[in-house]
Amino acid sequence: MSESSKLADAARRNFLAKAGVAAGAAAVAPGVFLSTSPAQARPADEPVSSAKRWGILVDTTKCASDCSACVSACENENGWGSSEPNSSAEQKAHWIRSVTIKNKATGFAKTLPMMCQHCETPPCVDVCPTGASFRRADGIVLVDKHICIGCRYCMMACPYKARSFVHEDLHDQKPWAPRGKGTVESCTLCDHRVDKGEIPACVEACSADNHNALIFGDLYDENSEISKALKAKDSVELRADLGLNTGVRYRGI
Amino acid sequence: MKLSMNYREIEGKSAGFWILLGGLALVIALAGGATLYMEHEGHYVTGMNNQIVWGMPHVFAIFLIVAASGALNVASIGTVFGKPIYKPLGRLSGLLAIALLLGGLIVLVLDLGHPDRLIVAMTYYNFKSIFAWNIILYNGFLAVTVVYLWMMMERRMNRYYRPAGFVAFLWRLILTTGTGSIFGFLVARQAYDAAIMAPMFVIMSFSYGLAVFILVLMASYNWTRRPLGDAVLFRLKNLLGVYIAAVLYFVLVFNLTNLYATEHHGIERFILLDGGIYTALFWIVQIGLGSLLPLAMIYHPTLGKSRPAIATAAALVIIGAFAQLYVILIGGQAYPLEIFPGYEVSSAFFDGQVNSYSPSIWEITLGVGGIALALMIVTVAVRVLRFLPESLEDAAVDPHAKSA
Amino acid sequence: MTQCSPISRVLALLLLLLPLVATADSDQGGEKEALPFSDLTFPEPARHYSAEQKCVQPVEEMRKNHMKYILHQRDETVHRGIRTRRYALEECVNCHTAKDDEGEYVPINAPDQFCYSCHSYASVKIDCFQCHATKPVRPSTLNTPESNAANSTEKLSNDIRQLLASEGQAQ
Repeated sequence: MSESSKLADAARRNFLAKAGVAAGAAAVAPGVFLSTSPAQARPADEPVSSAKRWGILVDTTKCASDCSACVSACENENGWGSSEPNSSAEQKAHWIRSVTIKNKATGFAKTLPMMCQHCETPPCVDVCPTGASFRRADGIVLVDKHICIGCRYCMMACPYKARSFVHEDLHDQKPWAPRGKGTVESCTLCDHRVDKGEIPACVEACSADNHNALIFGDLYDENSEISKALKAKDSVELRADLGLNTGVRYRGI
Repeated sequence: MKLSMNYREIEGKSAGFWILLGGLALVIALAGGATLYMEHEGHYVTGMNNQIVWGMPHVFAIFLIVAASGALNVASIGTVFGKPIYKPLGRLSGLLAIALLLGGLIVLVLDLGHPDRLIVAMTYYNFKSIFAWNIILYNGFLAVTVVYLWMMMERRMNRYYRPAGFVAFLWRLILTTGTGSIFGFLVARQAYDAAIMAPMFVIMSFSYGLAVFILVLMASYNWTRRPLGDAVLFRLKNLLGVYIAAVLYFVLVFNLTNLYATEHHGIERFILLDGGIYTALFWIVQIGLGSLLPLAMIYHPTLGKSRPAIATAAALVIIGAFAQLYVILIGGQAYPLEIFPGYEVSSAFFDGQVNSYSPSIWEITLGVGGIALALMIVTVAVRVLRFLPESLEDAAVDPHAKSA
Repeated sequence: MTQCSPISRVLALLLLLLPLVATADSDQGGEKEALPFSDLTFPEPARHYSAEQKCVQPVEEMRKNHMKYILHQRDETVHRGIRTRRYALEECVNCHTAKDDEGEYVPINAPDQFCYSCHSYASVKIDCFQCHATKPVRPSTLNTPESNAANSTEKLSNDIRQLLASEGQAQ
């Protein structure tokens, strides 16, 4: 048997195997489907669609002032936080941070998480010269680090200080969260988890701690937990004056 | 009758010439070294961080880019507005515009997180980004100005010289509008997000560019012992006075508008009253040393006729320009973002705090390198090509000029 | 910004062509001294795509075009959220990293490892590992024929159709 026909045989077997797509999908999926998951696992070869829009509702009334479970979970999941030994505190990356706000008039204080707000019309995407800053069809705002030239104009444009620039060489990144020197990064809404039907690490950690301050889901699906919660009680988007229609919304401020 | 103007290369044999070239080359080499170090280590060796994301390199780069477009103004006055006295200055004006722009762009590019991806910046365009537009505007400006110079310097092409001048004039207005809009289009920050940024940058370019032009003109005529008459010089310095006043007017309107809106009181208070270094730079350097003092010197009955005083006034305008850009760029970023109006904000990521910035020697060296590169280009160009008229004495530029 | 004179360009071109000429010599199996490229050893892949096929595409095809597959997959994954594994860079790393004497993985971008041994020889700088992980972290999903099928994209089945078609032509 010649070399080329051997290869073709192998290819044919694969082709036949692909005919059993259902079986294949089952093979890749075990452990992926969570019974409580708001996201249905999408087949790996299917692109994201604009029929969905992912978002998070932050219920600040449930957010404990001494808790940073969401921040630690994000650090662990995406590998930032302790990866930049040379950078100063001002230079280190922050994908999500715990912010304490205190009303100047009344003195009332509370804590809440801040991250990329995944705007519908993101200023960072508008200003990016190369299109590295982009909004995925399902509403997740990302940086394509392959074409990011590191100009930092998106950081100038972001009203939420959600983005960080990597100031030094990194090592031992997570395969699912590539990040490196000279490029800008921010919360990805854990797109690698969402793409296989899981929820973002911060949301999972918040539930695991029984705070349940974060609800993740599809804003376009009126039966999703997040849509119901948004419809039932009031919530705001930060810097609503800018009209950005953020995917992350806050209750209790 | 029309006088024909003789342009000639400078001799470029004196020790002074080689010392100047050597000095500039040394600065450029140092800047190259600083860049390699920054790019190899990463930006952590600079004073820039995730709060002050644009720093000293951007102050230098924007100064050079804005001054570049302003430097071309001298040629435009000759071509577009038909003032004969400016025509002999056209070649130097175009040369200076190209040199300053190249100096500025190289600083901007070398500060990128990935200067190695310049090809990406040239091949992937997001046309909604004013930055992407600027890449086209800057490259176009170089091309348009080269053509303009060619029409000026090549006798056979002289007949196309006026249309080329018009195109260059329009292009430079659009270019500086684009540069100002880098800030004007930033909705997020209190210090920017104002349409006046674009025309203010145009006026700033007139002033910065002319100040640089006057200094370069005076230095090159002085060092080559060519005659430079009062007619040309006084015309230029009076024009500089008008531009300084115009910039002051725009600064006044910009701040008055902000002062009217309670929303902007925070940033105004920060810049005008209690912003520390930024307040000092604004009042003492930008307004005092960089605007009022040179204005007084230029229009002073005796000082206004002294060459050292004119040169000093131009230098002061440049110092004021750096202060102004520093206040706009760094001051604007130092002031915290208003994410929660009415709240005091604190976090591990410096929310709600005035951000501090102390530039490192590396980023300053890179910026100075850009200036050195621009001057190097001018020095070499006037040595090898005919940019400078042999004489700019009063009788040569304008036979009807009264002798001073 | 660099300006090259025509002469230096020609010289550079000759320098670039030199290794090609050299390897052509060694391919003919002459008595000549072995050239650097023939000395190149890189770690054996930890596993093969299948018994018949060593890599996700025939080895010759991968040698020539691996960057095209990776580039295509990169845009599909980053912009469209397509998470098939067959051409994922992570799976390249999973198979092609080697372990040292202590049984620890050696980063794939170490000088003598799979990617860099060849790339430094060819003087082609790669940008992947400033950002991407250089060691296996989670197990490969490319082991079984079923998962291989599930991981293939439409693009893949097109490739296979082409392969089959070319086989048909050959017969």
